Amino acid sequence: MSSAHLSGGKINIARVQEYARKHLFALLDKIDGTKEIFADAVVGPVLGLVSNKAMFREHNVKNVVQLQGGNVMTSGAKNVVFIISTKLCYIDWVAEYVHNEVKRGNGQEFHIFFVPKITFLCKKRLEDRGVLGTFGNNIEELPLYLFPIDNDLMSMEISSTFKEFHLGNDPTTLHQTAEGLLMLQSLFGAIPRITGIGPAAQRVADFVKRLAVEQSCCQNPASSSIVPSQIDQLILLDRSVDLLTPLATQLTYEGLIDEIFGIHNTTVKLPAEHFSSSNETSTNFSPEVKAIILNSGEELFAEIRDKNFSAVGPALSKKAKLISSQFQERHGDKTVQEMKQFVSRLPYMMANKQSLAYHTTIAELVMKETDSSHFLKALETEQELMNGIDTDKVHPYIEDCIDRKQPLTKVLRLVCMQALTNSGLRPKVLEYYKREILQTYGFQHVLTLSNLEQSGLLRVQQNQRQYTVLRKALRLTVEDNSEVSPTDISYVHSVYAPLSIRLVQHLVRPNGPRALQDVIGLLPSPAFDEIQPSLSGSPISSQASGDSPRVVLVFFLGGCTFAEISALRFLSQQEDTDTNVEFVIGTTKLINGKTFIESLSEPLTSEHI
Amino acid sequence: MSVLLTADWCSVGKNEYYRKFEVYDMEWTSIFNMDNVIVTSCSFGGPLAIRRDPKKLVKVQGSGKPTISIFTASGEFVSSIMLSKPVIHVGWSTSEDLICIEDDGSVSSYDLFGNHLHTFSISEEVRMTKVIEAKVFNSASGTGVAVLTSTYRFFLVNSIKDPKTRTLPGVPGLNAPPSSWAVIARDRETKILVARERELYFLSPNDSPVSVVPEFSDRLSSVVEMAVSVNSNQIGLFTDKGRMWIGSSDLHTKYCEVDTSHAYRPLQLAWCGSDGVVGVWDETLLLVTQKGDTLTYPCDSRVHVVPEVDCARVISNTTHEILQSVPSVLQKILRINSVHPGLYLLEASRHFQRRSHKADEYIRLVKDSLPSAVESCIEAAGYEFSPDNQKMFIRAAQFGKGFVPNLDPEPYVQMCRVLRVLNAVRNPKLSLPITHVQLRKMTTKGLLERLIHRRHYFIATEICKHLKLPPAEGSSHILAEWAFYKVAQAKQDREQVAREIASKLGKAPGISYKEIALRANHYGHTQLAIRLMDYEPRAREQVPLLLDLGQEVPALLKAMESGDTDLIYTVLLKMHSKISLKEFYLKIRNYPLAKSLYIKYCFENNNKELEDIYAQESDFNAQAALHLREAYEPKNSGIRETLLANAQQSYKNIRNDFMAGACDEQRKLIKFQRNLEDKFHIEFYGLSLHDTVEKLLLKGELKLADSLRTEFKVPDRRYWWLRILAHGKNRDWLGLEKFSKDKKSPIGYEPFVDVCWDNNEKQEAQKYMNRVKDDLKVEYYTKIGMLEQAAQTAFEQKDARALDALRSRCGASDKQVLEQINTFLTQLMSKK
Repeated sequence: MSSAHLSGGKINIARVQEYARKHLFALLDKIDGTKEIFADAVVGPVLGLVSNKAMFREHNVKNVVQLQGGNVMTSGAKNVVFIISTKLCYIDWVAEYVHNEVKRGNGQEFHIFFVPKITFLCKKRLEDRGVLGTFGNNIEELPLYLFPIDNDLMSMEISSTFKEFHLGNDPTTLHQTAEGLLMLQSLFGAIPRITGIGPAAQRVADFVKRLAVEQSCCQNPASSSIVPSQIDQLILLDRSVDLLTPLATQLTYEGLIDEIFGIHNTTVKLPAEHFSSSNETSTNFSPEVKAIILNSGEELFAEIRDKNFSAVGPALSKKAKLISSQFQERHGDKTVQEMKQFVSRLPYMMANKQSLAYHTTIAELVMKETDSSHFLKALETEQELMNGIDTDKVHPYIEDCIDRKQPLTKVLRLVCMQALTNSGLRPKVLEYYKREILQTYGFQHVLTLSNLEQSGLLRVQQNQRQYTVLRKALRLTVEDNSEVSPTDISYVHSVYAPLSIRLVQHLVRPNGPRALQDVIGLLPSPAFDEIQPSLSGSPISSQASGDSPRVVLVFFLGGCTFAEISALRFLSQQEDTDTNVEFVIGTTKLINGKTFIESLSEPLTSEHI
Repeated sequence: MSVLLTADWCSVGKNEYYRKFEVYDMEWTSIFNMDNVIVTSCSFGGPLAIRRDPKKLVKVQGSGKPTISIFTASGEFVSSIMLSKPVIHVGWSTSEDLICIEDDGSVSSYDLFGNHLHTFSISEEVRMTKVIEAKVFNSASGTGVAVLTSTYRFFLVNSIKDPKTRTLPGVPGLNAPPSSWAVIARDRETKILVARERELYFLSPNDSPVSVVPEFSDRLSSVVEMAVSVNSNQIGLFTDKGRMWIGSSDLHTKYCEVDTSHAYRPLQLAWCGSDGVVGVWDETLLLVTQKGDTLTYPCDSRVHVVPEVDCARVISNTTHEILQSVPSVLQKILRINSVHPGLYLLEASRHFQRRSHKADEYIRLVKDSLPSAVESCIEAAGYEFSPDNQKMFIRAAQFGKGFVPNLDPEPYVQMCRVLRVLNAVRNPKLSLPITHVQLRKMTTKGLLERLIHRRHYFIATEICKHLKLPPAEGSSHILAEWAFYKVAQAKQDREQVAREIASKLGKAPGISYKEIALRANHYGHTQLAIRLMDYEPRAREQVPLLLDLGQEVPALLKAMESGDTDLIYTVLLKMHSKISLKEFYLKIRNYPLAKSLYIKYCFENNNKELEDIYAQESDFNAQAALHLREAYEPKNSGIRETLLANAQQSYKNIRNDFMAGACDEQRKLIKFQRNLEDKFHIEFYGLSLHDTVEKLLLKGELKLADSLRTEFKVPDRRYWWLRILAHGKNRDWLGLEKFSKDKKSPIGYEPFVDVCWDNNEKQEAQKYMNRVKDDLKVEYYTKIGMLEQAAQTAFEQKDARALDALRSRCGASDKQVLEQINTFLTQLMSKK
């Protein structure tokens, strides 16, 4: 039994979920007796993506608790199972907990599962903290790399990839990505073609190739049945190639919900007061908060999630009319047969009505924000910058924002956008911004600024007008595009077509990478295109039979936004494009401008924070 | 033809035939006198070990030290082993290792090529009391050793792989060497049968001796020789009266008892398969079948007999022969007056080849039983050693097959394949004279093991290919064994060996270079092991082994190549613990990835080493960041300025003037804040400049705020904002008004309106409306609810659209305004 919203796509993402479940429960079933799970802040939420309460109960798990520092109450289960990622601070908390419990002498047994695998440093830390012996043989690895989000979307839920690789030269999570891709290949067959842009992409491609060789030689090819390829191409996109897109305000429905309220693990939490207290009592959060799960399992949401917000209103009202007309039908003269049919459709109609009510409310909440002057002003500024208007000078609106001490992330987002659209700021302008920010928001943000500079988001002007060239060559700004019935991906930001997706449009073509190179020699690193030899030695024919679309997995290294996903879905739906493709999306994390900037922030801790 | 086929057959008793045929002409020629040596071999066509018979007097040749020579089954010299002491007994293990037992109870094993493998000692007691007799036996649990000491006690080791000595109970009244004894290893239970003259005892480790009395027709005085069949189920006893008793090995059942009319004890007594016992005397070979029939072969010279599961090998000075009971299917087809369908098919096939029409007649004779005829021909082919005979049967089978529709071709194909393998290994070069039955018994895997043991790697892989074995079971395994052998060789150039191995093994599935490297290291060829690890594709195998071999830098390179940071950390921390810090830094500085990871590790572990590393690398940016982080640690709040000064210096070193300036400014600010705190006794420390100024403004400390502003060059715009907002917060409307008249506002007067409006001071807000920019006036009038003025202004600006927008803003109470707007609009229209 897998979640319905995961299947039905071009490849069956539910299999990723099954894979994860199989491993999780196999490990849990090895433990006799009742269990209590402590999961860390990273792993805990994603466990919900692969399993649910009822399933845990079936496997004798009493409850799942988030691991925290300090004293935690326990439910008194016979076994305590820690499921943690490889962050060392979590191990300290585990050790603290274990020491306390051992002192209390409840005779519990302790188990620890590392996601996705145990590292040397973890083991060492366990040893240093004096609990390695306590766990003894109860240390396991839970090889979960990718978590299923939707029927065309998987995420690794690692937010540090970009920072670690581009700031700290640490490829750990890239290697993890490669391992995840190998896991995917074991489920969906070898991917014959790997294309990509950016240093991180090149790394991952190299790791994938290497790991494939390692795997093929310790495996007996005869015994393991070779899975036929279901994915024709992999496109690896390094976030550093396109830093601008995540900063731009997303204007799709789902993107806006994420921008304004934040979507975490497919769930958005909204103030409950706006929702009439329905008979549904599925939430177990505090009563002020209403948690709503957003995925394609809900028909209405699947319909409107990728639309530009200005098209959502009409769509909702159309739906409302449809539903009310459906309900009206019953007043017509009906035979018993027809009545019966109507009744059988009733639960479905009720569900639709409910979801309509929810989304109307959400849309109203979103509207409240999008109608506010500061939202409009900021959007206007963004679009000016995208169009290359006045990017050279200190922008008055940004100045205003600083003067009025608007949230720092908003300011940084705009400043970085200006730096990128101007292909670097003039030194004077950059210094002015930095000074203003330090004076207004405090000196403790000095390292955040330096991180942004190091990662290329904030930079001084170079000779090349990179953005100007790219904007022309790749048509990054499109003015006359309808938001309601779009003809181009630029609808997701109303003016700006995400660079990343434009690159994808090129890369899916047979000769794309080379052609791209000819058009623009300005990308931070060259695109690559490699045909993977299959395990049997001969290259797998990538040419899918004429009419069925090719399946392309686009994997974002460093995160992607909902707007980018919407743009790819939009491309999948286009039938008249010269390249008939269906996209499946993988990412290290789902991000937006705010979370992206935050992932690079490093406020100096002071006694005031 | 059929006469020739049965030429080597001898009929024994009723309807039973034995045959003796030559498999090899011995290569050895008069190297030694067969009379003076003992030949030992093992089952499944094992090689021959030859040593001098200590009971015979011969002229001393060579060094006089005891020597064991090993020959192949076809008599080709392989190796010789020089021993320091005489051996009591020599035998072979199941894996064709030579086992030598010395009188002190030490058991040594050697491989075919005379290389010493290992030695163990049976027990201290045995060492003290000395071994006088010993036997090597093979059982289901491997190869074992039984010894008899000079105190007439037996000791048993069931498996030489895992030597555990068991002491057997003493035989009652045994005060002289027993007249004969044998080891019977059956069903995981090993017993020794001992004859003390006429009394027979079974000895087993945990029991007291059991006396047995087999049924003898004649009164016996002493059992002088005994032989156990290869399968341990039968036993033959030879008495001093020249009688042979054959029965089950538990002595419960007697098959026969025959008077051999030989007065002397045989030189050797051995089983021929499990069909009969062969006794060797000086010039005769006597076979006694289970049914009690006898057959005598005369011999020109002394022969040695090697028992096999289905035959006996007879080795003489010139030939190597096989003696066996003719397999029943051959008997049925080829015996005189046979009417077996197989024979008819054979005849048919022969006539067919001679293009004789008789072929048809023969075929018709067996029409109904053709399948069974084909089957027997296939089977018969398997029992033949001569390729010509094999071909004859195979041709017949093939011929017959054509007349049977839907016959399963598999047995035929399989037999052809097997025959090809058998003929190949029977070749004198390989000299494995095994029968088809033996091959089935030892399995292909066993055969491959033997070939590997004899270093016939090439033919072994060819056999794998021929039999289509999966690489993991077959060729990969052989290649790995070859590599194991290769790395054990000391003398060769390691580079060449490594390359040779890699070129042969390539990326064959199931090959573990790690295993090979470990083996090389085991033999002390560390460099070769390191070189070999280059070929191991799995970094997770490669890196730890290289570390174990003390190769940190190669391990680091491999780890970095793999990109698996976990491995890199493993190597780094190992290196760190092994060498001095200085050396460590020097080493890792060449590898940016390793360096960054180590820095991260230090960072996460709050390691003090970071400072040193940054200093060595002159990475002032990172150094400055380090100082900054330190400065803002709560415990350092007292010395923050000093640490900021450090950071400032670092930034200066890389000429990052902006950052250096920022640090400097921050230091100034802190100083300022401390002064302020002294003055006002409220907290300023930690606030941003902006917030500090605001706090001062809110306190009405305009002068101080002003001085900060000049000191830190706060831009006018922001300062005005601060002033306006502060006045608003303090609800100091008078002050605000005064401020507005002070100078021309760099940010316009809209913020003045905003701040008043936000504080619900409509009156105050109106004061600034005149100074609002013209193009914003309509908007601002609307904002503060002065619709009339808004309409008026819009009209003055001839802005019809703004008027339109205004109209929609009008509520029920604004009727007048609405009318006004409409008038304005019509006026505007008419003007156009």
